[in-house]
Amino acid sequence: MASRHRGLVLLAAVVLALPWFLANKFHFQVAILIGLNALVCVGLNLLIGYAGQISLGHAAFFGLGAYVPALLVDKLRWDSSLALAAGLAAVGLLAFAVARPILRLKGHYLAMATLGLGIIVAIVINRELDLTGGPDGMSVRAYRIGDLRLRGEWTWYWITGGTLVLGVWLAQNLIDSPAGRALRALHGSEVAAESLGIDVAGFKVKAFVISALYAGLAGAMTAHFLQFVTPIEAGFLRSIEFVTMVVLGGMASTLGVVVGAAILTLLPQLLTGFHDYEHLVLGAILMGMMIFLPKGLVPSLAALWTRWRAQS
Amino acid sequence: MTQRTVIAAALAAALGLAAGAAQAQGQGPIKIGSFLAVTGGASFLGDPEAKTLRLYVERINKSGGVLGRQLQLIVHDSAGDAKQAATFAKRLIEDDKVDILIGGSTTGETMAIVKMVDEAELPFLSLGGASVIVEPVKERKWVFKTPHSDRLAVQKVYVDMKARGLTAVAIIAGSGGFDQSCRKNAQELAPTMGMRVVADETYAPTDTDVTPQLTKIKNAAGVQAVLGCGFGGITSITAKNYKQLAMTQPFYFNHGVGSKQFITGAAGGAEGIRLPAAALLVAADLPDSDPQKKPALEYAAAYKAAFNEDISTFGGHALDALLIAVDAFKRAGSTDKKKVRDAIESTKGLIGVDGIFTFSAADHNGLDEASFKMVVVQNGEFRLLK
Amino acid sequence: MAEFLQFLFAGLTSGAIYALVALGFTLIYSSSHVINFAQGEFVMLGGLATVGLLAAGVPLLPAALLAIVLTAAAGIALEKLAIEPARNAAVVTLIIITIGASILLRGAAQLIWGKDYHRLPAFTGETPLEIGGATLLPQSLWVIGVTILIVLGLRWFFGRTLLGKAVLATSHNRLAAQLVGIDIGFVLLLSYGLSAALGALAGILIAPITLTSYTVGTMLGLKGFCAAIVGGLGSGAGAVVGGLVVGLAEAMATGYVSSAYKDAVAFVIILVVLVFMPSGLFGRRGTDRV
Repeated sequence: MASRHRGLVLLAAVVLALPWFLANKFHFQVAILIGLNALVCVGLNLLIGYAGQISLGHAAFFGLGAYVPALLVDKLRWDSSLALAAGLAAVGLLAFAVARPILRLKGHYLAMATLGLGIIVAIVINRELDLTGGPDGMSVRAYRIGDLRLRGEWTWYWITGGTLVLGVWLAQNLIDSPAGRALRALHGSEVAAESLGIDVAGFKVKAFVISALYAGLAGAMTAHFLQFVTPIEAGFLRSIEFVTMVVLGGMASTLGVVVGAAILTLLPQLLTGFHDYEHLVLGAILMGMMIFLPKGLVPSLAALWTRWRAQS
Repeated sequence: MTQRTVIAAALAAALGLAAGAAQAQGQGPIKIGSFLAVTGGASFLGDPEAKTLRLYVERINKSGGVLGRQLQLIVHDSAGDAKQAATFAKRLIEDDKVDILIGGSTTGETMAIVKMVDEAELPFLSLGGASVIVEPVKERKWVFKTPHSDRLAVQKVYVDMKARGLTAVAIIAGSGGFDQSCRKNAQELAPTMGMRVVADETYAPTDTDVTPQLTKIKNAAGVQAVLGCGFGGITSITAKNYKQLAMTQPFYFNHGVGSKQFITGAAGGAEGIRLPAAALLVAADLPDSDPQKKPALEYAAAYKAAFNEDISTFGGHALDALLIAVDAFKRAGSTDKKKVRDAIESTKGLIGVDGIFTFSAADHNGLDEASFKMVVVQNGEFRLLK
Repeated sequence: MAEFLQFLFAGLTSGAIYALVALGFTLIYSSSHVINFAQGEFVMLGGLATVGLLAAGVPLLPAALLAIVLTAAAGIALEKLAIEPARNAAVVTLIIITIGASILLRGAAQLIWGKDYHRLPAFTGETPLEIGGATLLPQSLWVIGVTILIVLGLRWFFGRTLLGKAVLATSHNRLAAQLVGIDIGFVLLLSYGLSAALGALAGILIAPITLTSYTVGTMLGLKGFCAAIVGGLGSGAGAVVGGLVVGLAEAMATGYVSSAYKDAVAFVIILVVLVFMPSGLFGRRGTDRV
């Protein structure tokens, strides 16, 4: 079995087995939030891990994915699925429109541009009080399919788990396609890739739009699951969180970013006992992991494992 | 293989922690669950609230607890983030199996969980400001709140302005939820109270200077009074800039500036500013006959002794919530959730530091308006406006 | 006219503040090509440490100097303990290390100095100066004046001293610099220490105007980063121009358009500048080494 299939099967097995270890609705809620964050990271990883482009603004797409469908349902009484489609279309269009000029930039300039874009979207959501309810957020209606209302942790656990497995499968297909190999070549050297006749700009745009769509979908699902959304979901700190999840778990490792999402979602729950020391500990953990495992948790541990096996 | 080990380890850690927290119910301690914005932008609310709860739970336990049982307080820091608040509330309900919820420093955190407590049928005392938290009461069977509604704060300001013959007001508001709620109330209440909003400016709480906004207000036609909506360092900067620009219209703020830091930070700029505040802030000025005076002074002294900080009115919201909860446990004679909820709803004449609470099926805020006073800054102190 | 002057003064004051923060970014970027997301925290540390020392009875000048030294030590520690061990890591990994550092420093500051906000006394009084019907605080002149001095000082340092030239050489080509005998490790430590000291100085200068608390670093850092990018990373003059552009644009937009979107102005400028000039106003055009 190819290693990518092994990873996918492992993920599916974890999703299937996990409910037996979850004692109550709170555990389910955390598992769902991990899954939704992981979905964002799987998409973002295409951009950061494979195409080698930094984005510090992906929460904007997450936020738009949450707000646009919620508003269409709330204000215009649209059908949930239609509103979701429209929301994703809006996210995709925005990503496509800004991708070309932004992706011409490199390194820190790109980081700043995506950061700026993200902050602007967050500020607009925050300021348009009459539309979005402003900083105090807005209630989101439950997702409806006909007369069926999707509610409760059990339902959303399976929706999230299924979507995540599907999302990982799609991402891996993309990575292993000829286009994906070109994508990886980008990370190595854009000039080299271009000289081989690869449409570098085109691929970067594609990776950007796809990663935005993953974020948008996860945003919509989060809002429908929690039935509430605030502008914080679109904010700068969320963007940083997503990038941290990707880098912490392991860039260019699809399972790695899922682990990264799990760690960073669990940390606030685990650190709450530290009270006033919480931020101190969180900062130290982030720094320590990145200093000692700069390639991310999963790739670093995998390398250790290989070395250990080779020795014994 | 490694991946699975890591995932398993993470899960085991999470589950282990959760299992440790889940204790047997029954005659153990009475559990009070709380999620507050202890850090982050709204920590001016959550920090004194958390300190107050810790201080008073300890005091109650020392004097024998409630119903012969000790109180156990579990506080989580939501950092003002509604998603964190919802997750922590879920944890308190499902995992810690608390007997009552106190918290939600902000309106956003509170609104994110009103559906959840309704489904869990758990009594919930919110510390958020907006009146939508307890309205419509029919849909908020399990939700109560202790602070005066932020609409009342604006009403108080407008009444005071009108008494001075000022009817054209300029608003300068922060972009946060607390600030914007005040701004919205000010706009909506104006026509019903015979006021006109003639200028409306915004700043971000992280701004370093608001002279451009104030200059616009200064040069706007016919501004008779200015209302500031906000909290934190930026309100001190606003007051300072106001003085720097030598603006002469009477300056009002909402209750967000009701802490000593506002006055010291403004470097003299706060002098003469008026604001509505719970009587707690000016307890020393109250007549001895006022039932608020004694508990408020006691609270101020206890807080100062424990933390070496001056009280703010926000910590008082948490104290009142705790007092209401304890009173309800006693009258219900148990921690049965339905009985406790009914006991809260039938609270009558409970003297808290924010005011006197009388809840009913139609009123889940239950606070008398008389205890919300107009206050003025005089010689660097908050004084009761007489 | 008085109105315009008032907006101008506000813009110049904020602009000088952003420029000061941006200079710190520039210094570290010049030598190590790292964007230090903890730069804003250095500003915070400088202000709060001074406040703390003042409260402990130390007079203003020694308190300020001590605060600058303490912050410089924090900067050196950041380089030695976090950046150097990870020097071969990807750009984004380094970004996250500095973000981790900013969370850590904020957490520490909150523990040491609490969550209240504090004010430093203005150096030369609070009486506003009246110029053409507009008012300006004396402290604003301090901020603007010191910014000019620092720019001149850095110019002299990079242009006239051996050490400064060593930093520049390291920035251009680390390997070549090493070959000609420059102690890269020392140059990096120096630039982090200097940058932190600069941040601390900024924090002390602006605290009488903006007040200070454990959270002020985040937004100041972002705006400073904005200014550094607008100017083109790694250019001292660019950082100052960038800071002034951002500060003035914010003040003018507030004055003549609307204040509702004031905090978005800086980021709109960033996008506009970068679309037309992908390396900022004064940045060197990047070329890829193949």
